Amino acid sequence: MTPQRSPLLELRGITKAFGGVEALRGVDFALFAGEIHGLVGENGAGKSTLMKIIAGVHAEFSGRFALDGKDTRFRSTRDAHAAGIAMVHQELSVAPDLSVAENVFLGTQPTNRFGLVQWRRMAREAGEQLAKFGIDVDPMSRLGDLPIGMQQLIEIARVLFSGARIVILDEPTSALSPPEVERLFATLRRLRDEGCAIVFISHFIEDILRVSDTVTVFRNGRKVAETESAATSKAALIEAMIGKGSEALGETYTDDIMLPPPTDRPAVLKADELTLARSLQDVSFEARGGEVLGIYGFMGCGQLELARILFGKIKPDRGTLIVGGEPKTFASTAAARRAGVAFVPESRRAMLFHQEPVYKNISISVLGRISALLLKPARERSIAARQVEQLQIRPAAVDLELGMLSGGNQQKVALAKWLSYPPRLLVLCEPTRGMDVGAKNDVINIIRELRAKGLAVIVLSTEPETVLSLADRIIVLKRGAVVREFAHEMVSKDRLLQAA
Amino acid sequence: MASEGATVPADRKRPHSVGRFLRSQMRNIAPFLTLICLTGFFAAASPSFATLDNFGNILTQVSVTGIIAVGLTFVILCAEIDLSIASIANVTGIAVAYFTLQESYVNIANVPMPGWAAVMLALALCALLGVVNAFGLTVIGIPSFIMTLAMMQIAAGISALLVRGQIAYKVPDVITTLGSGSIGGIPWIVIVAALMLLGGHLVLTYTRFGRYVYMVGGNREAAEYSGLNVKLILGSVMVIAAVCSGIGGMLGVAHFGSAQQNEFDTYLLDSIAAVVVGGTSLFGGRGGIGNTVVGLFVLGVLNNGLDHVNIDSFLKILIRGLILLAALVINVYAQKLRERSVE
Repeated sequence: MTPQRSPLLELRGITKAFGGVEALRGVDFALFAGEIHGLVGENGAGKSTLMKIIAGVHAEFSGRFALDGKDTRFRSTRDAHAAGIAMVHQELSVAPDLSVAENVFLGTQPTNRFGLVQWRRMAREAGEQLAKFGIDVDPMSRLGDLPIGMQQLIEIARVLFSGARIVILDEPTSALSPPEVERLFATLRRLRDEGCAIVFISHFIEDILRVSDTVTVFRNGRKVAETESAATSKAALIEAMIGKGSEALGETYTDDIMLPPPTDRPAVLKADELTLARSLQDVSFEARGGEVLGIYGFMGCGQLELARILFGKIKPDRGTLIVGGEPKTFASTAAARRAGVAFVPESRRAMLFHQEPVYKNISISVLGRISALLLKPARERSIAARQVEQLQIRPAAVDLELGMLSGGNQQKVALAKWLSYPPRLLVLCEPTRGMDVGAKNDVINIIRELRAKGLAVIVLSTEPETVLSLADRIIVLKRGAVVREFAHEMVSKDRLLQAA
Repeated sequence: MASEGATVPADRKRPHSVGRFLRSQMRNIAPFLTLICLTGFFAAASPSFATLDNFGNILTQVSVTGIIAVGLTFVILCAEIDLSIASIANVTGIAVAYFTLQESYVNIANVPMPGWAAVMLALALCALLGVVNAFGLTVIGIPSFIMTLAMMQIAAGISALLVRGQIAYKVPDVITTLGSGSIGGIPWIVIVAALMLLGGHLVLTYTRFGRYVYMVGGNREAAEYSGLNVKLILGSVMVIAAVCSGIGGMLGVAHFGSAQQNEFDTYLLDSIAAVVVGGTSLFGGRGGIGNTVVGLFVLGVLNNGLDHVNIDSFLKILIRGLILLAALVINVYAQKLRERSVE
């Protein structure tokens, strides 16, 4: 479709800098009613920054901002809301202790003429809205009790049905299972046909190509391409994103790949019948040195809980962990670390100290080794500098505050903190989620190097590509139970999806 | 194949960095400016204020608060609070007198002991109360606000049982000397306060434990996922706060010349005010002993200066409250400015 009308939203020459770091440089962007506009680009390319300007999160920028042909400046997200612009951010932002209905109507609860909330009406309307989205839950149940993927769908549903005419979705599909993605796409198409303008940011280029009408590519804070989706291909988009030939990067894992024969090294970790109420049921597996074990499953299959048990954050109701031949019950995360287990959670926010410099973020987990009582800042900086060098963290300044780095570089810092003194077992949740192709490859190479050094690595992911690109052996979790193990055999994205 | 998205062009960095630096340092600059303004105001308003003698007075007046505030700084850096510090100071001061032989006219069923034993027992008592705070906070999971509110009552209750409305006067000689003696014209209590503040600063800045305190305050979840024993660190700061309070209480009793119920009531607010006015973040992870020292001087200059300018003593209370409110506003505002400058 090629709308001939004037754009609903038009931006010209947008420039925005954080501190000294320029995130956007003279970007033009137009959005038309009745289109789904896909945005792709590596981490730090400026997609999210541009969207936050549109949604009123960033009020300070230079350039022209016109809505319905009129020059406009939003001072806050409230202004943007009032103008009919809504955004679903990458990180889940819901109120887990409130009911589903209250979350759907957050800030817009129906009230009677005395100003009291009309609970019954709210529950009924929330149920109807969610049903349109194919979500069948009790509107009065507590949101936090639902699986994360479901919570994310409900958040998206809230924004989609808020009556906004411009809806921005930042990485909406990363926590969703394939059927949930289908439901989301069907809803997006319906809203588009009703005249909404939708911006869709994703690292899943297939998703972008399937659902969007137009695609814009960002690189280094600039818009480098804008094209109709039907007229482009994955390879072309990747090439525009990273600005060089991309044969090696176009791997799709649709073909069968052969898993290597199992190693005969001893097991570093043995999990035996781990059980946790409502999350895990008799989960048993082994992780061996020099091997990457992939644990795949849809969001809510219990992998997040499993990872936290391995790192001593949650205690299982039943079952045993044997680390290095000894049975362990970790009383704390500190105990797990002492036993040689390292852990990177799926959320960067839960792992990093954004107000502290990079070197403190890296040295935090090894302070116990390099200093008994007194700190050795010079030593910390040199350890950090080595990791920054090896992992190619940019900018390469160990005294820079972490918050100034882009997401992909922050993820590398989260990994770097464990690597100056490699652990015996490294547990990684979604190690490449939300990363651009280049950073993803960097991380994959780092993990392979660690495996070569004899570490046992466990990679837990909801993305088949992540598991397939890394794992030597794969187990599939479904509703908290191991349903399939792939070892020394052919495996593919299809086979994984079918198993889960 | 690294992403080049966030490289910093050197020439673009300059114009922003001064403003950014000032904004990020707001919490350190504002208390210092306040101190300079107050000092200037009182010096102009009263000839007796800006004298060396009076400076000595101010130092002595803030010493007990300073000793208590050392431990509280640790607690607030961890984004927790301790409301029992004044009560623990009081009960420790009373305990050290309770274990000392009193004059015959003092009607307290006390248990006389050698001076060192009395001091040890008093220290053990405040440490024990700190451990109870730590246990409630970390093992049971009671928020520190509520846990230490209960401890405030418990410590006050122990105080009441020990003295039963009476007043004790004698404390061990070493405590008497440190609390009310002086060496070379400098009161010992000022020296103790200075040494404890210095010690606190060194621990926070140069030790591993100090770094952990900042990290736990900065992002507790990340600290836990980095394999820090967060509960141990939180428990430790509660014990440190209680022991600092206990030392402040013992020296305070010697300084005032008596041990009695409710003697330290004003020190709770003063200590919290000193830490917060100094700019240590109520959200944890930012600030330190340097801030607390500035905060102490702001309070000291204010309390002392108001005496010099002949103001209604009831109005003083209101003024102190208003200054504290202003400091809270700056504290929260500084955090927001900082977050904006980092974003």
